[in-house]
Amino acid sequence: MITLEPRAEPSRWLAVASPLLALLATVTLGLLMFVLLGKDALSCLQMFFVEPIKDGRALAELSIKVTPLLLIGLGLSLCFRSNVWNIGAEGQFILGSIFATGVALRATPDSGIGLLIALLIAGAIGGALWAGLAAALRDRFNASEILVSLMLVYVAEQLLGYLVNGPWKDPNGYNFPQTISFLESARIPRLVEGSRANIGLPLALVSAPACWLFIHKSYAGYRLDVAGLSPPAARYAGFSERSALWLPLLVSGALAGLAGALEVAGPDGQLTTHVPLGYGFAAIIVAFVGRLEPIGVVLSSVLMSMFYIGGELSQSRLGLPKSISGVFQGLLLFSLLTCDTLVKNKLRIALSPSSKAAAK
Amino acid sequence: MRALRLELQAISKAYPGVRANDGVCLKVAEGEIHAVLGENGAGKSTLMKIIYGTVQPDAGRMLWHGEPVRLTSPEHARRLGISMVFQHFSLFESLTVTENVWLGLREKSRDQVAMRIRALAKTYGLDVEPERPVYTLSVGERQRVEIIRALLSQPKLLILDEPTSVLTPQAVADLFATLRQLAKDGCSILYISHKLDEIRTLCDACTVLRAGKVTGELKSLGNESNASLSKLMIGSEPPKLEHRPFEPGEVRLRVEDLTREKPTEYGTTLAGISFSVRSGEILGLAGVSGNGQAELLAALAGEQPQRGRGTMTVNGVDVTRLGPARRRKLGLHFVPEERLGRATVPSHSLAGNALLTRKASLPTSLLLQDKPLRALARHLIERFSIKASGPNAAARSLSGGNLQKYVVGREIDAAPRVLLMAQPTWGIDVGAAAQIRAEILKLRDGGAAVLLVSEELDELLELSDTLRVMAGGRLSPPIAAANASRTLIGEWMSGLWPGSFAAQTQGALP
Repeated sequence: MITLEPRAEPSRWLAVASPLLALLATVTLGLLMFVLLGKDALSCLQMFFVEPIKDGRALAELSIKVTPLLLIGLGLSLCFRSNVWNIGAEGQFILGSIFATGVALRATPDSGIGLLIALLIAGAIGGALWAGLAAALRDRFNASEILVSLMLVYVAEQLLGYLVNGPWKDPNGYNFPQTISFLESARIPRLVEGSRANIGLPLALVSAPACWLFIHKSYAGYRLDVAGLSPPAARYAGFSERSALWLPLLVSGALAGLAGALEVAGPDGQLTTHVPLGYGFAAIIVAFVGRLEPIGVVLSSVLMSMFYIGGELSQSRLGLPKSISGVFQGLLLFSLLTCDTLVKNKLRIALSPSSKAAAK
Repeated sequence: MRALRLELQAISKAYPGVRANDGVCLKVAEGEIHAVLGENGAGKSTLMKIIYGTVQPDAGRMLWHGEPVRLTSPEHARRLGISMVFQHFSLFESLTVTENVWLGLREKSRDQVAMRIRALAKTYGLDVEPERPVYTLSVGERQRVEIIRALLSQPKLLILDEPTSVLTPQAVADLFATLRQLAKDGCSILYISHKLDEIRTLCDACTVLRAGKVTGELKSLGNESNASLSKLMIGSEPPKLEHRPFEPGEVRLRVEDLTREKPTEYGTTLAGISFSVRSGEILGLAGVSGNGQAELLAALAGEQPQRGRGTMTVNGVDVTRLGPARRRKLGLHFVPEERLGRATVPSHSLAGNALLTRKASLPTSLLLQDKPLRALARHLIERFSIKASGPNAAARSLSGGNLQKYVVGREIDAAPRVLLMAQPTWGIDVGAAAQIRAEILKLRDGGAAVLLVSEELDELLELSDTLRVMAGGRLSPPIAAANASRTLIGEWMSGLWPGSFAAQTQGALP
């Protein structure tokens, strides 16, 4: 019989090893899946783990995925640490892209850097507003933020659909649901001429240490940590329960909104119904695989981006279904949760303990 | 001589770094009330876990009715007729009393169980409503549930771990009567306690443990004194408390006409509570748990915004509408009953937990600095001789007594003007308790006002300058501790103080 015994102290080395172990399990299961699909397993793995980091161009593509995943993942880590379950980052991302588009459509060919800054701030405000709705409903009516934030994703999608099919539709767009292509002055500057990588990446990379400082070195971060780990202790100390709800939701909403703004004014350059790619949901996995630690989230966002690109490549080059990257992401989370159980529990394999008990 | 029910022969159990039990022998006869005496960490708990089957010994034998047994699980122990009342409760919060008890029984229907609970509660004076969910119960009430649960299975050997700490003197007397009756019916009782008076009153024999070894086996307790027992237990007599004369100063904490609706269906409504605590005064608050002490402390600590009449002032400043952090800034500190999870974050280090209430003692800086925090924790560890691996030790890695010393120490070290304390020595060993009591007295001598809520009457009588009793959400008039007797306080605990509503109605009856 196999039983799980809780450990007195979570195993230290397993806490570090478990993401790696989970990755190994994911690769193994992935291999198995490729073999069952009748594909050359090695070339499939190459699509996921070699091609995305092969050269400068591939890395630029990678950076485009890393940016939103990292930004959203950081915000979600903050939420999950505080026991606030924001599942609707996707909706906040969409609102960010909508708000940013609102600014971008007002651009003229000689708008300066001010417009770009306004565009990014508008995105952040849009995301924060959407997350703030969930916070307000929880605060006022004790409505579960899990459900509300998730439902608001669908509301956001409808809103996006309405805008690109209605008031914001490109009159010369052959009736496609999309806005006009943004003017060059409303596009996020690229890092290097000719590369697709843009300034979103450094923005996201700077957010990681900022989050780290906030979580581990600020009194406000400490208050959130206590609220997440032990609400009675937070009440005892006199830390506000409301701010432990509002702050992480607003910050994560703003980060998701910023990611949406960067996306719509960056690689996409126009608002379409294809702007939301599921980064908001994938970032939940990013946050957990990264152990809710900013440094971990940097690494896991890179890994998840590789899965995204690997999935696209396997589709175009090997004829695998597109859902393969989703399957990969799911496998990773699944393996990680399994490994996490082992961090907190000991696996005990006993040969029928009841026979011994009856031996008296 | 009566036949032996349980015999332990040279039981040893080692954990990494500790020999919890080292060749322990113990004999319990049928119908005997046998005390196991020892400080925290002396190995009592490990020994009980071995008897109850949750831990297997490394060496040694256990005989049950003269036959060797190897217990593999508590269920196995229960089948043999061994029952245990734990000091730390194992109740499901969301289930009712009946459901909790029912879980361990299986065969009977729920209604039958509820009936038996009522019957037992009545017989033994264990006042508990079977339909109440456990999360609404106070610590004292939860313990009654545990005792009832153990009694329901009609055990042959009943193990009780510090069972009386939450009972009124009358209830203790009732419990003792119950236990004696049980013993007379042939049930053996292992009674774990550090209360020497109780052991001398109740028990037939006693085994004393110190550092995992048996340091005394007493066949009878008739000739023993508290001093001789405590010498066996800790190797010396506990330090005498130094009492300075009572010289109260100005009023530090004043509560006027405090009225609060009960927070949950099973809470207690506070009805017009008025009192004050002066500088240099310890006001002891006695009462059976669940009579409004928790609600009063909640109101005084300000953890949740509350609606209701009345005002609270600290040093003349109205704090009625302020939260805990603001009250703390005015010098009001609070030691809550729950050490782990409320007074401390279990997974945080001692240094991290110092920040919970001691922000004001740290240099202000934009970012948190580890150094002063660790220094503060190290200072607390040294000042209150806390056994911990260092400032980085997680709160949950400390023993109950040491964590309590840390929490009490953390608040005392802040030099509060008003200190609220709930059960400061609940379930901790004699040495640590004596140390905490000495620190409370020192704080009072330094001019602080202390409100001490405790269910241990001895402690209240020993420490307090003034006593009040809570019953049914009302507060008795004050009485100088020097003039209070156990009997009188016991009566007041039932709400029968002069001029009380209960006393008047009772007086009206023939």
